[in-house]
Amino acid sequence: MAAVANKKASSVVFKVTAYTFCILLTVISLLPFVIMIINATRSTTQIQQHAISFVPSTFLKSNFEVLTGKSFDPFKGFLNSLIISTFSTICTVYFSTMTAYALTAYSWKLKKPFFTLIMCILMIPAQVTSIGFYQFMYKIGMTNNFLALILPAIASPTTVFFMRQYMIPSLPMEILQSARIDGAGEFRIFNQIVLPMMKPAMATQAIFAFVTSWNSLFLPQILLIDNEKHTLPIMVSQLNGDIYRTEFGAIYLGLLLTVLPVLVIYFLLSKHIIAGVALGGVKG
Amino acid sequence: MSKGSVRLAGSGGDVAKRQRVRDGRSEYLSLVSKGVCDKLKKPLKGISYAKWGYIFSIPFMLIFLIFSLYPTIYTAVLGFTDCVGLNNSEWHFLDDPLANFDSVIHNKSFTTSLRNTVVIWMMNFIPQITIALLLTAWFTSHHNEIKGKGFFKVVFYMPNIITAASVAILFNALFSYPVGPVNDLLVSWGIRDESYNFFVDGFASKCIVAFIQFLTWYGNTMIVLISGVLGISPDIYEAAEIDGANGIQTFFKITIPNLKTVLLYTLITSLVGGLNMYDIPKLFLNGGPDNATLTTSVFIYNQAFSGSYLFNRAAAASMIMFVIIALCSAVLFYVMRDKDEAKLQKEARQAKRDAKRKGGMW
Repeated sequence: MAAVANKKASSVVFKVTAYTFCILLTVISLLPFVIMIINATRSTTQIQQHAISFVPSTFLKSNFEVLTGKSFDPFKGFLNSLIISTFSTICTVYFSTMTAYALTAYSWKLKKPFFTLIMCILMIPAQVTSIGFYQFMYKIGMTNNFLALILPAIASPTTVFFMRQYMIPSLPMEILQSARIDGAGEFRIFNQIVLPMMKPAMATQAIFAFVTSWNSLFLPQILLIDNEKHTLPIMVSQLNGDIYRTEFGAIYLGLLLTVLPVLVIYFLLSKHIIAGVALGGVKG
Repeated sequence: MSKGSVRLAGSGGDVAKRQRVRDGRSEYLSLVSKGVCDKLKKPLKGISYAKWGYIFSIPFMLIFLIFSLYPTIYTAVLGFTDCVGLNNSEWHFLDDPLANFDSVIHNKSFTTSLRNTVVIWMMNFIPQITIALLLTAWFTSHHNEIKGKGFFKVVFYMPNIITAASVAILFNALFSYPVGPVNDLLVSWGIRDESYNFFVDGFASKCIVAFIQFLTWYGNTMIVLISGVLGISPDIYEAAEIDGANGIQTFFKITIPNLKTVLLYTLITSLVGGLNMYDIPKLFLNGGPDNATLTTSVFIYNQAFSGSYLFNRAAAASMIMFVIIALCSAVLFYVMRDKDEAKLQKEARQAKRDAKRKGGMW
């Protein structure tokens, strides 16, 4: 009897600790963004009097005017980011599925070395080779060109790796065989049979490819020098500069505008995103 | 089998010897196919589909060669040259080929940045893995069910998906001096009498950068670990429960040992990511104050794209980082290799050798 009571008491203690801790982490994770959203609606004077407040104010419009009055064009940045992210996502997902298909459906002599190569370059980030990349792009006149950021997305080792992991157990070779017997060409089999079957995995990878491209700063920052070509993260980096030094309301609003699209995507697709992260970890 | 036929196509020479090799190979292949049971992958009789494997890999290979391998080699080459200045395509190899590497290694800023990178990474990783493990233990506990797991997962992961650049600037605004939300809280709660200027305190700045890094990654780590735990066979947990193990025992004796691979994966990916930390330190204080948050990536960027545009030094520093990262991922590759598959491969190789020896005796 005493043991049962003891167990119950310890369970209560556990629950109180666990929930308190989780709620604390929730506050820490959300508070910065809540402050950002609320301060975006407050005037700089209000923020300077009391930087923290949970009551939205009415200065959204005037903050927006201050923000856009100083060479900050969030819509241009949004459009540029959208173009780059969309096309590089399409490239990443389509060609990675294709490469994974080559690695799954066919047996060829260089298959193993090719896969080993992909595993080897999986971890090498673009950043450490960026100096050569920049010089090369400069030489062939592709700085300030979105293609320099879109085309490299075709060779995305991480996506190939995950697509292969997904494809091995879920691609029945019998279907391919029967399609061949029916006289379908290999490209047709890939585009009309394999791609539709891989849709769930492709969707997950598409979300990640899009968000990664949308958030990336290093390569766009060195390649896109022209103001007209700036992406949103580059514009964000200018919010810290001298021109907005004291305009806190405008800074918060600028941040909100850059974060908003990602937040919307996240809350719409959070289930798939979390599942995708989990998938990557199982046997990454 | 296509494999054999490809290799033999168009070969001249000693036909009888080849025939023997082929016999040996087909024996080996049949052994392999017995083992891996990839009978289904066998192509239609008489037609080789091997070439399609090459064709479908062409786009990846081509783009990799042009946009990845060539720039890598180019970076390595630039490290040995006198390539400085913006828009400079006239460069020559240095008389002392290692001069750039030498000056980078002896550059105080570079060594500081390397130390900072490791220190900031550790300051973020240790609390990150601890809290992620704690949450994993709670969220997968069989004894005590926690409600609202889905909600917590969504909230904890959220900072990871938000543009790191924006998060860095946001924290810059949050910690701003003399008036900022954090200082506001510190003063109004009576923790401090007056505002504190975090941005001139090197250690505080490091802590904030590490904290941002922690905040953006602990949710990700937690989800990866939870999925790792869910991959452990429930039978083991059942057996432990029957044997009367409590929650803590189960966690340390079953969960942690079974999670070893996933933990190592997390460690290495985090380390490689940490070695490339750029967005947050660059935009939070641009490496300052007094280089306290200068990371290697920020150092490389500043060398190449500001001041006197020392592309050669930046390239040399990049290559040093490249080697460090390659070593880290080599460890990862070794750890992550499929042990069952490696064993199978070894057996297959053994079978091949046996078959060859047999062939030789004929």
